[in-house]
Amino acid sequence: MDDDRPRLTIGLPRRQVALLAAGPAGALVVFYVWPFGSLIVEAIDATVIGDTLRRSATWRTAWFTFWQAVVSTLVTVLVGLAPAHVVARYRFRGRRALVGLLTAIFVLPTVVMGAAFLALLPASVDRTVWAVIGAHVVFNLAVVIRMVGAVWEHLPPDMEAAAATLGASRWRVVREVSLPLVRPAVTAAAAIVFLFTFTSFGVIRVLGAPGTRTIEVEVWRRATQLGDVGGAAVLSMLQLGFLVAVVGWSSRAQRRFSRAVDLRPAAPRRVARTGSERATVFAIAGVTAAIATAPLVALAVRSFSTPSGWSTAAWSDLGRSEVRPGIRLGIDPLAAVTNSIQTALWATAFAVVLGGLASLAIASAGRAGRVLDVGLMLPIGTSAVTIGFGMLIAFDTAPFDWRASWWLVPVGHALIAIPFVIRTTIGVLRSIDPMLGAAAATLGASPTRAWAAVVVPMLWRPLAVGAALAAAISLGEFGATSFLSRSGGATIPIAIERLLGRTGSLLQAQGYALATILAATTIVLVTAVDRVHDVVGIGTERS
Amino acid sequence: MNRHTVVRVAVGLAAALALGGCSDDDGAAEITLVAYDSFPESDTSLNDALAEFSAETGIGVELLIAGDTGTMLAKAALTAGNPEGDVMWGIDNTLLSRAIDDEIFDPYPDAAVGSLPAEFVALAGGAAVPVDYGDVCVNYDIGWFADAGLAVPTTLQQLAEPVYADLLVVENPATSSPGLAFLLATVDEFGADGWRDYWSDLATNGVQVVDGWTDAYYGSFSWAGGGDRPLVVSYGSSPPAEVIFADPPRTDAPTGVIESTCFRQIEFAGVLAGTDHPDEARRLVDYLVGETFQAELALNLFVYPANTEVALPAAFTEHAVVPDSARTLDPDVIAANRATWIDEWTTIVLG
Repeated sequence: MDDDRPRLTIGLPRRQVALLAAGPAGALVVFYVWPFGSLIVEAIDATVIGDTLRRSATWRTAWFTFWQAVVSTLVTVLVGLAPAHVVARYRFRGRRALVGLLTAIFVLPTVVMGAAFLALLPASVDRTVWAVIGAHVVFNLAVVIRMVGAVWEHLPPDMEAAAATLGASRWRVVREVSLPLVRPAVTAAAAIVFLFTFTSFGVIRVLGAPGTRTIEVEVWRRATQLGDVGGAAVLSMLQLGFLVAVVGWSSRAQRRFSRAVDLRPAAPRRVARTGSERATVFAIAGVTAAIATAPLVALAVRSFSTPSGWSTAAWSDLGRSEVRPGIRLGIDPLAAVTNSIQTALWATAFAVVLGGLASLAIASAGRAGRVLDVGLMLPIGTSAVTIGFGMLIAFDTAPFDWRASWWLVPVGHALIAIPFVIRTTIGVLRSIDPMLGAAAATLGASPTRAWAAVVVPMLWRPLAVGAALAAAISLGEFGATSFLSRSGGATIPIAIERLLGRTGSLLQAQGYALATILAATTIVLVTAVDRVHDVVGIGTERS
Repeated sequence: MNRHTVVRVAVGLAAALALGGCSDDDGAAEITLVAYDSFPESDTSLNDALAEFSAETGIGVELLIAGDTGTMLAKAALTAGNPEGDVMWGIDNTLLSRAIDDEIFDPYPDAAVGSLPAEFVALAGGAAVPVDYGDVCVNYDIGWFADAGLAVPTTLQQLAEPVYADLLVVENPATSSPGLAFLLATVDEFGADGWRDYWSDLATNGVQVVDGWTDAYYGSFSWAGGGDRPLVVSYGSSPPAEVIFADPPRTDAPTGVIESTCFRQIEFAGVLAGTDHPDEARRLVDYLVGETFQAELALNLFVYPANTEVALPAAFTEHAVVPDSARTLDPDVIAANRATWIDEWTTIVLG
C-alpha cells in the first residue's frame, strides 16, 4: 500500500472492501473483459498486427486523434470553469434550466447536433478540424460544469471568504484558493472529456472532412465497411493502450492533487451581492446559455421547416401509425420514448449501484483500487464496434446465450456510465477529512460504523449527479446501442437516425421533432434528478 | 450502510448476474430473421405480412436488427456456423461474394425461383435468393436547373465538365454504400483503368465528398438541405419518396434521376449456416420471395420486388425511374477489388 498521500483512512476492513469491489469487478469481467478478449483471440494474429502497424495511415490517424483530443479537452476545460463556478456557487433564476440545457446537448445524437452546427457555422468553417473541435467543446461542456461544480459546491466557502476579507481580489481568490481545491475534479473532468474526444465517432463522421479520422472511426470502417475485423481489433487495442497510459497518468495526478478539506455536505448557494458580481454571474450564465440554446432552437425550428415553407405536420403526424394512405413508417416515436426511458432507468440503476460500490472500494483500497478504477474506465476507451462484436462471440452458447437479451443494451450503457459515477463520487470521498473518522472512532464507533456514519452521508449528492449523468448518457447513447443486435425496442437516438436517414421532408421534420422531444426529456429528467439531489442534500444537512 | 447491507448488495448483484443466465425456452416453431436497420421493426404492412406467415405455418418469426448491411455481414462472418438467427435479409451484390466466401449461408438452391429474374438468381449461385433491387443514381434538383437555365447533365462524362463545376456532392465510398455503388458505376463506365482519370477530373471540377448519405442529401443537396449542390448521389427511388413524404403534400417530384448514372443494388436473403431450424428457415425464405410479402416491399423499403409477378403501387411507378439497363459489376470482381479501389480512390480524390 502506498501511503504518500492521505488515503481515506476512515478505512473498512479489507474483507468488506473486497465485497464492495466484487460486484463492479465481476460486471467488468463478464461484460467487458470476456467479450473483448474473445474478439482478440478470435480475430487477431501476428500477420494482422504487423499489417496494421506497418500501415502509415494507422499512425497518421493516431496522431490526428491525439492532437485534436488534446486541443478539444483544453478548450473545453478553459471554457467550462467559469460557468462551473457560477453554477456551483450562485443561486439565480434559471440555474437549474441552464444545467439541464447543457446536459441535453451532451445527450443529443451527433447527426442532429451536426446538422445544427452546419446550420449555425459559416461555410468557411464547415467540415474543418475547427468545426470538430468547436462541436467537441459544446458537447462536453456539461461534463466539466457538472463534475467540477459537484466538488465546488462542497467546498466550504469560508476559505474563499477569508481570503476575500484579507483583501484578495475575486480573481485572486479563484486562482489561489478555489482552483487548487477543485483541481482533482478538473483533472477528472479533463480525463473524461479527453476520453470522449479521443474516441469521438459521430462528430467526426458528420462534421469532419473525409481526410480527418479518429482511430474510433477507422475501427468502425475497417470492421464494418471492409470486413477486416482483425485489423479493427488491433486498432482498438492501440487506442486502448494509449488511453490506459493517459488515464493512468491522470489518475495518479488526481491523487497527487487531492487533499483533505473540511467538505460540507453542501454549501448553500448565494445570491450575487454587489453590482459587479451580479454582472459577472449574469454575463457568464448568459453566454453559456446562448451557447447551449442556439443548437436547441435550431432543432425546434427545423422540426417546423420544410423545403416549401413552414408546417406543423411533423408534430401532428408524429406517432400516427399511418402517415400516408397505406404507408406506415415502422418507427413509433412514442414507443421509442418509452423504450429510451426504460433503458435509461435500468442503465442508471446498474451504473449507480455498481459505480457507487466501486467508488467506495477504490477510495478504501490502495493499489488494487487503482486497478479497478482504471479498469472501469476501459469501456469508454474501447470502440463500441469491438465490444458489440465481442459480445456476439462471447455470449453465444447456452446458458450464456445473451446475444439478443433486452438487458444487454442497458448493461452496455451502464458500462459507459459507471466511470462518470465514480469520477463524481471519488473526488468527494477522497477529500473527506480523515479526522472525522478518527473522531467517530474516539467516540466508540466500530470501524464499519465510523465509515458508515462519515462516508455514506457524503455520498448522496455526488451519486445523484452521477445518476443524472448516467441517465443522460443512456438517453443519448447511439454507438454501442447500434452495434448490439436487438429485437424491437429502438431507442430515441436510433429512431432519429432512421428518420433522418430517409428521403422525404416529412420524415426529416419528424426526426427533428423527435430530437426536440429527446432534448426536452433530458432536461426534465436531469432537472428532476437535480431536484431530488437538492432535497436529499437538505436532508443530510439536518441530520 | 452496515456490514449486512454490504453483504446483501453483493449477494443481490451475484443473483442478478446468475439469473441473467437463464435463457429463453426455445420452442421448435420460433425462428429469427436477421435484418439490416432500415427494415421496419413493427407496425408496417411488411411486418403484417410476416405475421401472416406465422399464422399460416405456426412458425413464429422474431426480427433481429443487426445494424447497417456492412455491420450485419461482419457479425455474420464472425459467427458463421453459430449464427445469431436463422434467416438473413438484405446482403447486397457489393457484399455478396464476401458473404459466400465467409460461408454464412446454408445453400438453398431449390428456393422458389420460378418468378425471379434468372440473372439475379445466378449471382448467388444457390447460396442465397434475390429478394429486391434498387438503383443508386445521381439525382438533380429540377427547380435549381430551371432557375439557372442550365441543361441537366445526362452522362457521367458531363459531370466532369467545367460547366457543371462545384455542383456535385457524393458520399465517400470508404464509409457509405451509395458512395461505393457510385464508384462502381464509374468503374463500369470507364473501365478498370479509366475510372482513375475520371475521378481526378471530378476532383478538379470541385466534387464535394461527405461521409454518408444523410449528410450529402440533407446537408449539401440544394433541394432538401438548403445546401448549394444541385446534384447528389442518392437512390432511384428518392423522387417518389419526395412525393410520398412531402410536407405539405405535392403531386410532382421536385427531383429527378440521371438514368445513365444508375448502379443496380440487388439484395439477397438466405438461410444462415448452422441454424437449428433449417426446414422452418427455408419455408420463411420461400415466403420472402412469394407474392404476398414481395407486394409490400416497394412502399416500405423503397425498393423493387425481385418477384416479377408482383405489380408496383401507382404512387411508386409514377415518379420512380427504373433504368432499362442499370450498371452492374460481377460480385466476384467487386469482392476482389473493392479494398484496392477504395484506397486508390482515397488517394486520388482526397489526396
